[in-house]
Amino acid sequence: MRRAILIAVPYAWLLALFLIPFAVVFKISLSDIALAIPPYTPTAKDGIWNMLSQLDFENFVFLTEDDLYWKAYISSLQIALISTVLTLLVGYPMAYAMARAPEQWRPTLLMLVILPFWTSFLIRVYAWVGILSGEGFLNQFLLWIGIIDAPLTILNTNTAVYIGIVYTYLPFMILPIYAALDRLDGSLIEAAEDLGCSRIKAFWLVTIPLSRNGIIAGCFLVFIPALGEFVIPSLLGGSGTLMIGKVLFEEFFSNRDWPVASAVAVILLLILIIPIVLFQRNEQKQVEDGK
Amino acid sequence: MAETVFAPWDDPTERPLIRFRNVTKRFGDFTAIDDLTLDIFEREFFALLGPSGCGKTTMMRMLAGFENPTDGAIELAGQDIAGVPANKRAVNMMFQSYALFPHLSVWDNIAFGLRRESKDKAAIAARVEEMLKLTRLEKFARRKPHQISGGQRQRVALARSLAKAPKLLLLDEPLGALDAKLREATQFELMDIQEKTGTTFVIVTHDQEEAMTVASRVAVMDEGRVMQVATPERIYEAPDSVYVADFIGDVNLLHGTATPSGNDTYAVTWAANEAPVQAASTRPLSSGQTCHLAIRPEKVAIHKDKPEADNAVQGKVLDIAYLGNLSTYHVELPTGDIIKAQVANTRRISRRDFTWEDPVWVSWTKTAGVLLAE
Ligand SMILES: Nc1ncnc2c1ncn2[C@@H]1O[C@H](COP(=O)(O)OP(=O)(O)OP(=O)(O)O)[C@@H](O)[C@H]1O
Ligand SMILES: [Mg+2]
Repeated sequence: MRRAILIAVPYAWLLALFLIPFAVVFKISLSDIALAIPPYTPTAKDGIWNMLSQLDFENFVFLTEDDLYWKAYISSLQIALISTVLTLLVGYPMAYAMARAPEQWRPTLLMLVILPFWTSFLIRVYAWVGILSGEGFLNQFLLWIGIIDAPLTILNTNTAVYIGIVYTYLPFMILPIYAALDRLDGSLIEAAEDLGCSRIKAFWLVTIPLSRNGIIAGCFLVFIPALGEFVIPSLLGGSGTLMIGKVLFEEFFSNRDWPVASAVAVILLLILIIPIVLFQRNEQKQVEDGK
Repeated sequence: MAETVFAPWDDPTERPLIRFRNVTKRFGDFTAIDDLTLDIFEREFFALLGPSGCGKTTMMRMLAGFENPTDGAIELAGQDIAGVPANKRAVNMMFQSYALFPHLSVWDNIAFGLRRESKDKAAIAARVEEMLKLTRLEKFARRKPHQISGGQRQRVALARSLAKAPKLLLLDEPLGALDAKLREATQFELMDIQEKTGTTFVIVTHDQEEAMTVASRVAVMDEGRVMQVATPERIYEAPDSVYVADFIGDVNLLHGTATPSGNDTYAVTWAANEAPVQAASTRPLSSGQTCHLAIRPEKVAIHKDKPEADNAVQGKVLDIAYLGNLSTYHVELPTGDIIKAQVANTRRISRRDFTWEDPVWVSWTKTAGVLLAE
């Protein structure tokens, strides 16, 4: 009985916060745009059977016809993928240094990684506008030390989007990798060296494979939200930055075309299900391996 | 031709393979190794014995290259090895914690070191198979370390360190988790490998019997210092301190004062109302020097009636410890001291001569014990 309740809680959670909203969005994606409140038809007011008989897949067909959409999907995938790799390249050395730091420093370092979460995400992204803009801190600094003669255009380019994503999601990369490296038994590295590995070789053959689960978890935790990211590309990106999150937003609020926007959201979710399932598998395997 | 005894430590022309010269190792203000000077010779099977925390692992880690001495120098084949990184030393270590790679199978763990030095797949495979066979792990080759038992893991660690056939092999408690039979078999395997390959072994063990069985020499350590280095027989028969006598095996200790009473013989006054006991000693003692007389229980005999012996004391049986092949009688003397006498159980237990509370005599010869000056 208690078991049943314990199992029921997460399922109820999933039902209320994921499946029901998804069903609503899915239903809207099958509806037609209308000048009404709500801005789509049919609704349940028309009677359930009547409503169901009027639903169709025409919005999904529309998405395949206008190449804006699939280009936005591809471009989002590309940006998310590149940012994930960049975040990994920045995050891994930081996590490694933290795990190697003297024991008494580690809580402080961990604190510093989490500290940015104490201020609003929006404010932090705006701060980057101030740093990266033509008259921003970065350009002024570079001009001052004389590396450049004219301000660099960083803001409103994809570079700014990458910087924004790497900055924002770095803690999600660092924390799982740090957790994996922290658990790593130092005598394994010694054993590898004892058996003839150089430091670097031991790192490749022992440290990296043993932090693999942390790397995978970190990559998914960055990739999944980055794919649907909206705030960063709209604040830091330019007109050339095509991301599905932005398209979705415009469809909803500028075009007020809820059915198409919902169709975009449903497809995005389907794309995300693949990495989410892979992520779950990885976590599960980790539990089964007893580590 | 008479076979020469293997005793390079007695040969002044012999150059040691490993030489610790006044090595001190401190962790912060804690001294783990205290001014240690020690020679280990090629082809030796050198056992380190000592209580937990006395610095055995630390010594090995310095040899393997994971710690550097705070003071002093370690020489390997005449070369100071300070600064030579672990991967450049012809030394392999079996870790006390095994340090098996959890992401690799048993097979790959054993092959790990071989892959670093050779590209020849077939040779590596042959060597790994040989090691698997030696440690009886053939059936587990494909498993990961977390899928095998503790004793099997220990054997994997042993196989991995043996695989490269290094010049010097450091084994930190290599057989502790094995059952008695397998342990004995593995001990003989180790000695066999040593005979065949001429590898020098330094082995840490908590098992004295193991040290006695396999070692060419034994070092008894205490709190970072070496108390005595000698062959197993000498460590057992001629300990040079109370600490060593007490640490190795069982011992009766009588505290008293020595008075010379003849050629290399001393009378030890150990209790006011008892006659002094006679003991031979090659180490000279001054008259009136306080000392301990250490006698192994198996050198003490037990009798119903007063025996004709160099030393005999009366007491009563306090306790009998039955060990299967042997029995140890704890005999309480009138002074309150307890003397242990060990007797082989040549008869069935129901027919033994003495039982609890029986008045008995214990006796030993002049040369049975060792006189240790304070
Ligand atoms: N890295 C270190 N920092 C501080 N103290 C240490 C360190 N390594 C070892 N010690 C201390 O040095 C002493 C000797 O340790 P060592 O590991 O050599 O003991 P051991 O003889 O191998 O003991 P055991 O039989 O329990 O394995 C211990 O008191 C230990 O606490
Ligand atoms: Mg140890």
